[in-house]
Amino acid sequence: MSDTAPIPRPEPQYATAGQQAEAATFGMWVFLATEVLFFGGLLLAYTWLRASHPDGVAEAGRHTKVVIGSVNTMVLLTSSLTMAWSVHAAEQGRQKALTRLLAATALLGLLFLGLKGYEYHGEWTEHLVPGLNFHQDGPHARTIELFYFLYFLLTGLHGIHVTIGIVLIALLTVRARRGAFSARCYTPVEVTGLYWHFVDIVWIFLYPLIYLVGRSGP
Amino acid sequence: MTTGTTGLPRTYLFTWAALVGLLAATLALAYVPMPGPLNLVLALGISVAKALLVLALFMKLFRAPALTRAAAAAGLFWLAVLFALSATDYLTRKVEPVGDLSAPTGREYQQGGR
Repeated sequence: MSDTAPIPRPEPQYATAGQQAEAATFGMWVFLATEVLFFGGLLLAYTWLRASHPDGVAEAGRHTKVVIGSVNTMVLLTSSLTMAWSVHAAEQGRQKALTRLLAATALLGLLFLGLKGYEYHGEWTEHLVPGLNFHQDGPHARTIELFYFLYFLLTGLHGIHVTIGIVLIALLTVRARRGAFSARCYTPVEVTGLYWHFVDIVWIFLYPLIYLVGRSGP
Repeated sequence: MTTGTTGLPRTYLFTWAALVGLLAATLALAYVPMPGPLNLVLALGISVAKALLVLALFMKLFRAPALTRAAAAAGLFWLAVLFALSATDYLTRKVEPVGDLSAPTGREYQQGGR
């Protein structure tokens, strides 16, 4: 495909380029295992809140913006498709397709953040931001406050991960445009892809816990 | 959008279609009143199915070396430890030290939160 495609040379501690690529992938999976626990602590707090105050959490859940949440889920699922597709394009050494698909993935990530920002704005105007702007009445007001406290922690932490992912993918896009990757050398694309899919999986669990709780109620 | 011209593997297209279908299913089921925790069980079950699709196919865990799969399993194992050991505390407590959230008036302190 490209004359400038680099020939992978393993770092001195690796016997082969293949071993080096495998080590990089393994390292990312170990990092993702720690990320599971990073989000796990917050999910445990959510579990406790929901188990001890089911009615309040259900009422709080009905305050969330289910349309934006669902559209954003769709956006992230689609960005996972373009990411997996770009890894496949890298495998085949299709530079142009790789550049375009990486750019599409980053743009979908930006769309997600934009919608999330719009949602945060709505929560601000509805006085649902604990600590800064929270006013709710009714018997479940304190539970709703705790729910939204966790909501902003969980989605905020997830949003930071999305932001990091967008930056990484944008950098990959620039490098791909310059022909930095080839069919034999695309480990950065693959490893960043793993990270991006993980962020998608986190959202797959946040979506029902945040947006779908209490929907079957009054 | 065929595989030939775009280079999109059919597996990925089907995976994405399945993910979108499961998203529609979980959204619709959330509005159906069900007894007990069935809504939550179904929603989480669908989330697990979606996560498995992403893990196995997009993240290629299905064909990954054993070491990689062990690393992925380790994350879930420690998550299970976190939830299980915490449950031995929270599920067996008789008194919540934070008091009753539905009555945040300070009364719960006088009623003896010990």
